[in-house]
Amino acid sequence: MGYPHAPHDKETVVLSRYFGDAEARTYDGWTKRGGYQALEQALGTDPQVVTDAVKASGLRGRGGAGFPAGVKWDFMPKQKSKPHYLCCNADESEPGTFKDREIMRWTPHALIEGCAITAHAIRAETVYVYIRGEFTEPIRIMQAALDEAYKRGVLGKNAMGTGVPIDVYIHRGAGAYICGEETALMNSIEGRRGNPRIRPPFPAAVGVFGMPTTINNVETLTSVLHIITHGAEWYKGLSLSNPKSTGTKLMSVCGHVARPGNYEITMGFPMQDLIYEMCGGMRQGRALKAVIPGGSSVPLLNREEAEGCVLDYEGVVAAGSMLGSGGMIVFDDSADLVYQMMRIAKFYAHESCAQCTQCREGTAWTVRILQKILAGQGEMQDIDLLLDLGEQMTGKTICVLSDSCAAPVGSAIKKFPLEFEAYIKGARRPVAALA
Amino acid sequence: MHETTAQEPVFTGERRERLVTILQRYPTKRAALLPALWMVQEAHGWISDGAMAEVAQVLDLTPAYVKGVVTFYTMYHQHPVGKYFIQVCTTTPCNICGAEKVAEAFLQATGCAELGATSPDGRFTVIEVECLGACGFATPVLINDDFIDGVTPEGVRELLARYP
Amino acid sequence: MVDQELVTCTIDGVEVSVPKGTTILEAAKQAGVLVPHYCYHPGLPVAGVCRMCLVEVEGVPKLQIGCATNVVDGQAILVNESRQAKEARKGVLEFLLINHPLDCPICDQAGECELQNYVFQEGRSRTRYTPTFAKRFNPVEDFGGDILYVPNRCILCTRCVRFMEHAVEEPILNVSERGDRAFIGVHPDHGLDHPWSGNVVDLCPVGSLLSKDFLHKARAWELDHTPSVCTGCSQGCNVNLDTRAQAVVRVRPRPNLDVNRYFICDHGRMTYRDMNRGDRLEAPLLRDAGELTAVDWDHALARAAQIVKGSTGKAVILATPFASNEALYLARRVLERFQVTAAFRADRVDGEHPLAGVPGLAVRGERAPNVAGATLLGYRDAFGDALGAIEGAALVLILGDSLDGVNRAQLEQAGNVIYLGTTLPEAARAARVVVPATNVAEEDGTFVNRDRRVQRYLQAKPGPGMARPAWWILGELAVELGLGDPLGSADEAFDELVEATHAFRGLSYRQLGVRGAVLPEGAGAGVTA
Repeated sequence: MGYPHAPHDKETVVLSRYFGDAEARTYDGWTKRGGYQALEQALGTDPQVVTDAVKASGLRGRGGAGFPAGVKWDFMPKQKSKPHYLCCNADESEPGTFKDREIMRWTPHALIEGCAITAHAIRAETVYVYIRGEFTEPIRIMQAALDEAYKRGVLGKNAMGTGVPIDVYIHRGAGAYICGEETALMNSIEGRRGNPRIRPPFPAAVGVFGMPTTINNVETLTSVLHIITHGAEWYKGLSLSNPKSTGTKLMSVCGHVARPGNYEITMGFPMQDLIYEMCGGMRQGRALKAVIPGGSSVPLLNREEAEGCVLDYEGVVAAGSMLGSGGMIVFDDSADLVYQMMRIAKFYAHESCAQCTQCREGTAWTVRILQKILAGQGEMQDIDLLLDLGEQMTGKTICVLSDSCAAPVGSAIKKFPLEFEAYIKGARRPVAALA
Repeated sequence: MHETTAQEPVFTGERRERLVTILQRYPTKRAALLPALWMVQEAHGWISDGAMAEVAQVLDLTPAYVKGVVTFYTMYHQHPVGKYFIQVCTTTPCNICGAEKVAEAFLQATGCAELGATSPDGRFTVIEVECLGACGFATPVLINDDFIDGVTPEGVRELLARYP
Repeated sequence: MVDQELVTCTIDGVEVSVPKGTTILEAAKQAGVLVPHYCYHPGLPVAGVCRMCLVEVEGVPKLQIGCATNVVDGQAILVNESRQAKEARKGVLEFLLINHPLDCPICDQAGECELQNYVFQEGRSRTRYTPTFAKRFNPVEDFGGDILYVPNRCILCTRCVRFMEHAVEEPILNVSERGDRAFIGVHPDHGLDHPWSGNVVDLCPVGSLLSKDFLHKARAWELDHTPSVCTGCSQGCNVNLDTRAQAVVRVRPRPNLDVNRYFICDHGRMTYRDMNRGDRLEAPLLRDAGELTAVDWDHALARAAQIVKGSTGKAVILATPFASNEALYLARRVLERFQVTAAFRADRVDGEHPLAGVPGLAVRGERAPNVAGATLLGYRDAFGDALGAIEGAALVLILGDSLDGVNRAQLEQAGNVIYLGTTLPEAARAARVVVPATNVAEEDGTFVNRDRRVQRYLQAKPGPGMARPAWWILGELAVELGLGDPLGSADEAFDELVEATHAFRGLSYRQLGVRGAVLPEGAGAGVTA
């Protein structure tokens, strides 16, 4: 695999339209498909007008938090007294999420165009595209596209010949999930440990290198160019449910579905249809057990909740979780949720930056308790302890990494208590963890 | 004192020029630290204490500061590794699709005694890595800079044949 | 200051008004509420990482960290009155202990450990960490200089790292690795031997960074702490002398925002060794028939008075800039009849070692605490000239241990020599009267630092044997000479000095307090009496 599937009838292909179309990777291919017209148009427009359009479109951040993009841009100083920066968050590291990778692999110029438009809107002359270090292929493709864009005059001191200076640079990460957190990302660009910063000050006031900064996700920035091309109204119209959730969303579906992959849906699309129709349902002879809908950081949904879930920001909250980055991990009835929660906790313990006490110690402790349960040595009070640690790890730290560890574990305990009890009571054979 | 005194300096000639270019992208020298460390790893395969001191000197930082940064990012090797560094994703999405079996297959096929160890012939080091960001294409594996997805336990030997 | 906007809030029901921009943690101090904390330190940039100072702010759903959240007007803040905040702190304490070795019985910090204190105050009585779980273990590491690192006790508050980065401006320490594998690290090429690095031991809220010099020397609860002034150089850093069993075992900084903020240098830390010397003068000695013989104070003072009365004309005072203002003043007072050449000599080394992040703070080249005081009191920095003047002098008064490089023969020519000192160097054996004086740890007194700040130091331990403060000795001599009434205390000696010395006008011990006072500008030097 690794290739995009042909679009499903029920998909709304906007961002993913050229996935699999190798020619779209080149400058010529991209312009042939209408590329860089939106940028040209935007550069001829007042930055505030661009911002207002994005505000009107209802576009919300696709990285996980869902904050309205245009509102975020509006926090940037209107009178520029020092350099402004745009950081593109391409640190896609949230387990279950693999959409930005595909955007960069297939449509690098779309991302460059989105970055350049946004840079203009927030009056930034420098854009850092922070790509996680493991994304060797996307980095290669993005670099080739950037080289071309410079050569063709799209970027540089005189972007598109308009006199506006826009530089875009790739900053390669080096293996740290937390650098996807926007303040950690800024620290990483500055050559520091990827520690999240306390807020305030917020990045729009004091960001990377101490300057006003906006950080947006790859998918968010790529969506911008379509808003410029087709208008805010068109984008706003892409909504099947709640007017607060607009546009299309790339859903990364992985785990126990017949056809995992990225599926672009209109906001408000039913999760049930995504799983059973687009992804071909469960593997042969298996039934849906649970879904973590927004990357591994969010509470898990049981089958009933998942099947009734509407895929937009509000819909997933109503179902008891969060849309997050749109990375859906689907578990069928063969999945050992206790073991998988241990793996998720282990992920967070591995990635904790070590700053906040609750996170540094709590994530590792959670892993040990889950391993103890898996080893058949658990006690019923361990379950209460896990929930209590989860309470201590939620809402008390600089960033939400420890919350992200507590959320899936806590929800699994609440929704699938019998799985944990089975290990504790000896009904299930102990499992040793690899490594 | 450390095995690094024998290493050639990294930032000479072409690499020095590359670093100068990189420095122009940022308003501070410190910001070039991650790129500079990548260049060290590219030159030596890992980042020794001596190399950290060199980077510190080139970027006006202290060696301890550089070491603090190196140890934060898991892709920087603090010790020499095999000629082919194999990272197998075993985080939940891949895990439920059998990633641990893939990791085991790599251990067996390479002769590495355990995760993190280098094979006796020095060719391979296999590690478990947390999420490689290709969850829909389980199981993704990174062999040096080659990103390969959809790896199955059965495909491991054939894949390794490409890495002599 | 007058125009500063104030905001008013209540903290655990206590109303306080603080300047806008004050953090909850600092405002709480003013309300008499201590918000427990580890990573916060007023002398360092805020990190906000220990999460111990979580407090409840009425109307705000999430707990806030007191160290980084500013007070808003009208806010009600709950620290100890909030169940939620107390639960959160209890949680932090439990987390901090899961990897902790609980080795208080062998830990130097025990008794002054903030982890111990807060756990005792509000932690859980029992951990829920399964005893079979492994604890993080890393071996003790020699960081170089005077510093040992015990990683197993470390709570990663990063005070030490921030001190080296922002105060010293030389990041020799780092946080290494991440998650629960993290520890404080160094690079093998670069140890912690910066002249100011000892502060990391004081800053460490737990027993993770230790002084090799102090290692296992004393338990914290056995120590008495006495405010003093460092004698290491002319900066005049405020310190506490920590004493145990009548010995000074440690010198630590005493906060004074106007002088040394929260820090002292490593050179200053080692000054305590001289305070515990074993070769001390313990009784007055008189020279009779070429032999020095121990006598009581009455005899010694009578003989000294007799010598002074019997002399006339020129006198020389060789003083040490380690002497108090009171002693320096009284030495001149008892010899007021004479034509006096008064001089001191200070050790000087080339170069200063500033603490880069704290303007005005450095290890000064002038390695004595009272050069400025001696100068103001009419002593010249011309020791050589004064030595030369001995020959024609009727009387030589040696104040303090200032005889390095002076030989006995030189003094013997002078004839009438009175020596006040803490030890008896060979040259001092030429004196006719030798009297035992106390050192800085054994008396009260004042110094003037290089910035004209007059600062008190207090007696931390008794002097050996019959040793007395120089101000007392000289005061008694003055009584013998019919120059005044006995002085009851250093306080009275200072009052007399102030009355007689224009430069010190208007000051009193009470005014000096423990932080000192700066002499008015333009006050001239010299004794006016």
